[in-house]
Amino acid sequence: MTEPTAPKGTTVVAEWVVKSPVLKGCSARAAAGFAAAAVALFALAPLALSDFRLGLLAKYLCTAMVAVGICLAWGRGGLLTLGQGVFFGLGGYAMAMHLKIADAGPGNLPDFMQLYGTATELPWWWRPFENPLFALAATVLLPMAVAAILGSFIFRRRVKGAYFAILSQALTAAFAIWLIGQQATTGGTNGLTDIQGFFGYDLNDPVNQRMVYFVIAAALLLLIALARQLIHSRYGELLVAVRDSEERVRFLGYNPANVKLVAYVVAAGMAGLAGALFVPAVGIISPAMIGIVPSIEFVIGAAVGGRASLVGAVLGAVGVAWAKTALSEEFPAAWTYFQGLLFIVALAFLPGGLASLVGIVRRRRAARAGGEPSPALPLGEAA
Amino acid sequence: MSELSGLEIRQLRVSFDGFTAVDGVDLDVRPGDLRFLIGPNGAGKTTLVDAVTGLVKAEGSVLFGGDELLGRSVHNIARSGIGRTFQTATVFEELTVLQNLDIAAGAGRGMLTMLRRRKGVPESVGRALETVGLAELADSPAGTLAHGQKQWLEIGMLLVQDVRLLLLDEPVAGMSHDERQATGELLERISEDRTVVVIEHDMDFMRSFARSVSVLHAGKVLSEGTVTEVQADPKVQAVYLGHAAVQDAELILAEPEA
Repeated sequence: MTEPTAPKGTTVVAEWVVKSPVLKGCSARAAAGFAAAAVALFALAPLALSDFRLGLLAKYLCTAMVAVGICLAWGRGGLLTLGQGVFFGLGGYAMAMHLKIADAGPGNLPDFMQLYGTATELPWWWRPFENPLFALAATVLLPMAVAAILGSFIFRRRVKGAYFAILSQALTAAFAIWLIGQQATTGGTNGLTDIQGFFGYDLNDPVNQRMVYFVIAAALLLLIALARQLIHSRYGELLVAVRDSEERVRFLGYNPANVKLVAYVVAAGMAGLAGALFVPAVGIISPAMIGIVPSIEFVIGAAVGGRASLVGAVLGAVGVAWAKTALSEEFPAAWTYFQGLLFIVALAFLPGGLASLVGIVRRRRAARAGGEPSPALPLGEAA
Repeated sequence: MSELSGLEIRQLRVSFDGFTAVDGVDLDVRPGDLRFLIGPNGAGKTTLVDAVTGLVKAEGSVLFGGDELLGRSVHNIARSGIGRTFQTATVFEELTVLQNLDIAAGAGRGMLTMLRRRKGVPESVGRALETVGLAELADSPAGTLAHGQKQWLEIGMLLVQDVRLLLLDEPVAGMSHDERQATGELLERISEDRTVVVIEHDMDFMRSFARSVSVLHAGKVLSEGTVTEVQADPKVQAVYLGHAAVQDAELILAEPEA
């Protein structure tokens, strides 16, 4: 044996793990956080907000669902996903196609096809979406499948950094342009509009709108729990390792392409689900909601809040979406500039986003108290 | 522990855009050797290691334990038991020492293990922590380690990876005298049941710990043998060791190597 005085296996090692500040207290804090979030989303918000504002919040929460995926892929995996609009759109269109077919009723074509199209029956690629189960599954699985195919090409060829971001943007633009070009089958620039029902429930009824809000809130909490599990798993550690030193990971016998692919595909699935739930909340999906600008907006929210922190990314996404509504009501022209400024300021002066302020303040306070400055917890901020 | 394997390199050639960095190298490292690769800058030492680990394309043949390595991907070669370090220590700075080692241990892990939280770590991680002397620092972020400690962590990562061949690129660069000594003793212990190849510029370190030495010059093997044999080789004296060589050789004879 090369290694002398070997400790007796995992019992000794388990102590290190228990001592580890990363894990200690993490679960208790997380449980409390989830409880607080659930109370806020399911009790406080419905009581405090008007139906109109609650509808807006539902929309913001969809953005936050995309941000959860971005936190995983960008914050943890270093993949600047500037093209989440594609996956959001795939999920959204898959859902909207089914709802349009259902709205039209058996044997009828969706309204816009009667208006613009010459076809007398549904195009072949619309037909599977008549089935609600297929459509529901497709909202998540279709974006994931597309991400898996794209990702395996992109990561095997070792496209990374800015090139990856530009490629993502180009794909988003291409998808939006393609949708606009197919007016007879996708509704073109208008998109799929005026959606009335959601699996048999009338969306004009405020009670059902509330139900949609609750579904979205529950889905968001579910995605946060899922992302949290991934981030704190061994896979999550490996993902950070790939982000920080891809080459080194390769020499440990892993294929970094596969590690990144998992994060990319999961983030795509999350964006797809967000798009799918966005449709009943807003009643429309169109190329303008999934193109380059919305794709950048998804990232801005996560960047401002803190891309490596789940809480930060989610609150950032909701905050930026809310600010957009509030400011564009007051100053319609100024919002775009303000948003660009926000992004630059966040990335230049606070790369960890607002979430990193918590750590900075805590360390300052510890230093002032004369104690040892608490070390920057490598994964702790993700709680 | 896995059985010992040796490295057998035949007519290895690496060229970049017409420049031949490694030019027909034949090299045998017997199982369990602690081989030092020395040579002036640009001799092709690092490129040789790059070729063996799959980082650059090469012609010829590299057999490890009888298996051909050339033409395989980096992670594939790593999985067959070959590990390396780089001139600048590359550890995952944001992860703790323990997490770094745990990742190194896990290349063969299944999906379910990967998606769960780490409850304990493999025994090999605990042993490696002791071996490289970082047990006290298990929970420190690797970014806070001193330079020498990072190098030890890297060696520890190779140990939990259970590599049978360690290729170390200047492991003692920038280390203090005591750290060098500790590293050398560590390498001696490791090479009891693994094969170790060290690229080094530090001649004192080489004289203290090498079991065998290969001298590379301009992409070719210039000389090979024990430290004494190599130092006595007039070709080596001419290109590399210069005038001090004769005195050095006397020193070596005076205090036989460990």
